[in-house]
Amino acid sequence: MSTNTIISLPDQSTARIPKDNFITRENGLLSWLLTGDHKRIAILYLISITFFFFIGGALAGLIRLELLTPQTDLMATDTYNKVFTMHGIIMIFFFLVPSVPATLGNFFIPMMIGAKDLALPKINLLSWYLYMAGGILAVYTMASGGVDTGWTFTTPLSTHYVNTNVLTTGLAVFIAGFSSILTGLNFIVTIHKMRAPGMTWFRLPLFIWAHYAASILMVLATPVVAIAIVLVALERTFGIGVFDPTKGGDPLLFQHLFWFYSHPAVYIMILPGMGVISEVISTFSRKRIFGYTAVAFSSVAIAVFGFFVWAHHMFIMGISNYAVLVFSLLTMLVAVPSAIKIFNWTFTLYKGSITFETPMLYAFGFLGLFTIGGMTGVFLGASGTDIHLTETYFIVAHFHFVMVGGMLMAFLAGIHFWWPKITGRMYPEKISQLAAVVTFIGFNLTFFPQFILGVLGMPRRYASYPPEFQVLNVFSTAGATILGVGYLLPVLYLIWSLKYGAIAGNNPWQATGLEWQTQSPPLTENFAAMPVMDHEAYDYEWLEQQQQAHKESEAPHAG
Amino acid sequence: MPDNSVTSKGALGATKKADSADNADILHAEHPPYLRHHFNSAEQQADAASFAMWLFLLTEVMFFGGLFTAYLIYRNWYYPAFVAGSHQLNVVWGTTNTFVLILSSFTMAMGVWCAETRRRKGLVLCLMLTFILGLCFLGIKTIEYREKIEMHHVPGFHYSLQSFLDPASNPEVYKEYHDKPLALDMARHTEIYFSLYFLMTGMHAVHMIIGIGILAFMIFRARAGAYTSGHVTFVENFGLYWHFVDIVWIYLFALLYLISRH
Repeated sequence: MSTNTIISLPDQSTARIPKDNFITRENGLLSWLLTGDHKRIAILYLISITFFFFIGGALAGLIRLELLTPQTDLMATDTYNKVFTMHGIIMIFFFLVPSVPATLGNFFIPMMIGAKDLALPKINLLSWYLYMAGGILAVYTMASGGVDTGWTFTTPLSTHYVNTNVLTTGLAVFIAGFSSILTGLNFIVTIHKMRAPGMTWFRLPLFIWAHYAASILMVLATPVVAIAIVLVALERTFGIGVFDPTKGGDPLLFQHLFWFYSHPAVYIMILPGMGVISEVISTFSRKRIFGYTAVAFSSVAIAVFGFFVWAHHMFIMGISNYAVLVFSLLTMLVAVPSAIKIFNWTFTLYKGSITFETPMLYAFGFLGLFTIGGMTGVFLGASGTDIHLTETYFIVAHFHFVMVGGMLMAFLAGIHFWWPKITGRMYPEKISQLAAVVTFIGFNLTFFPQFILGVLGMPRRYASYPPEFQVLNVFSTAGATILGVGYLLPVLYLIWSLKYGAIAGNNPWQATGLEWQTQSPPLTENFAAMPVMDHEAYDYEWLEQQQQAHKESEAPHAG
Repeated sequence: MPDNSVTSKGALGATKKADSADNADILHAEHPPYLRHHFNSAEQQADAASFAMWLFLLTEVMFFGGLFTAYLIYRNWYYPAFVAGSHQLNVVWGTTNTFVLILSSFTMAMGVWCAETRRRKGLVLCLMLTFILGLCFLGIKTIEYREKIEMHHVPGFHYSLQSFLDPASNPEVYKEYHDKPLALDMARHTEIYFSLYFLMTGMHAVHMIIGIGILAFMIFRARAGAYTSGHVTFVENFGLYWHFVDIVWIYLFALLYLISRH
């Protein structure tokens, strides 16, 4: 690794964190719990999703520990069912869906478009309270016996056969869903109505485009899962018969309604991560994103195509062969806009002056792992191979490559990238680079063996397995341990950096986004004066001129 | 182009050099009490609020959309059961209720007009009328639900197939439609019809109850003159919600009551 770096910090002997910023403006617990400031709400979200991430992570640790040996020796099989169900529910609804949008999106969407806040600050705070209510209910459910239907609430299992807490879990997901709807709605309104003068649609950073596309999905898809959960609850309590075959109802209808949300939900999770990657790759290769328009529209295309592929989760559930054919074809189509993004990011790197700061390392991790995750998705979208691979560890590996290898890498890239802006202090560079590498190694060791296990035919969701699969499972558990260290490290050094990190100054990466043209941490109203956008996004020539002008204006004082 | 460009440059451009603390005061100063200070103008605020309301209604469309999909599928599969089930509904009460709701939409629209033209008394009157008509709707709905309970048409343990296996047992409906008895298998599927009936009208009634609650709050505020001083966004947006709930009912009325009548 070269020693080149683009980090430019102010002189540490004289630099100070600005006295007036959004953290110091008001004090006391209530000033946080009743705030309307999008930046404070983002921090509330950051703390809470980290909390839920580590609960979900601990459950993942239990799963891997059980799978260390072929027998069921750590926990009973129905406990194992509850553990993987709660792992899925917490990670999906309480970590992945809100992760980037509710933290980084909340913090930076208004700043990137030059607004003082999101359009609806009270709704924003309400969405955090709904999220917390849902999350606490989910944790309560776990403490009071848990639920064992799998995160998919599959009928008729969930409506007729299990005696666990389906209702409270369903309610928790329902409430969290409304939190997500309100966040998406708020983003769309903000992006439409709050842009600064000169900030046209095609001057928006790609982070904004990605969030716009994800918000459309949140607003349109989430209500459908809400009604599906209401139907499950009513079926379970009153036996209304809508999903009950003995009364003429159809369990497949639940699958349709559920996956109509839960497939687009995958894009709700990954699109904001793709937005982060666009910002990071552009900044650390000092180039405008290659094919800006194509990348912007590919986000929208993913959102649109994402609505027409849901039935590929149901190939073995008895939908008609014609439906399989059509949904298989449509699934292949959604790979196209994702590939457009990957190729354009790669072309951005071409002839760029690349440096290897931590966010960029995570972004490289994203590129490789997301590509593998996406390509194996094509295996599963092709109906022939899907019938062999579905419900095996191949699927588990596939979606973990996309969600953990893709989304979590992007989330960590974003956290490191914007940490100096959020807190005003740098994270320690060396140890964070180490953490990025540890995460990458741990991740691959955990999930790559699972592809092989899946092809060999090890089914998912069982606590025991034939002894010949043990070697690969031991690899996987060892990898999960390393991965755990990789996730624990950032928590420790980021907290450390709050007090001891170097003062970052306004723009440590010399990045072009509007959020970097103001103090760190920002003022409550973000900008000292209304910014006016007079250049394209990622315009490094403009930035150079700005810096030149700034130097010239400072020169007389120095001399 | 964003629509905030006009006001921002003139008002704030001059403050560029001011240091941040002073600037905050300038940003807070001199705006009407209803204008939240992260907006640049009242137009921008009203625009954002009504756009948000339309988006919210879109999510509501998707929410009801799941139920309409279920209705569509099961109606295609169990057509005779849906016809027989639909004949059991009381179309007179249904029609009355439709008129009550349309009338309430009219009084609501008049309320919005009163707010825009700053007629405080007119606004309070219109909101009161809307409130009363909303309660009327729920009252009539209760009468209908009671009929269904008495006929054992509520899905669940007490559901009775008698009206479908032996239509003549309910002379009032029989003399109008002369329904033929359904086979046992198809008769059992009427339970799906009534499940959907209660789900869809119930979900609609929940929206009505929420609306009536907000109306009560608005009447209270309107008497104090909150909506007749030029800031009408809240009344307008509530009007959108009320009309939306009305439109959902019109679809429900057509699909549940009317569609099987020739």
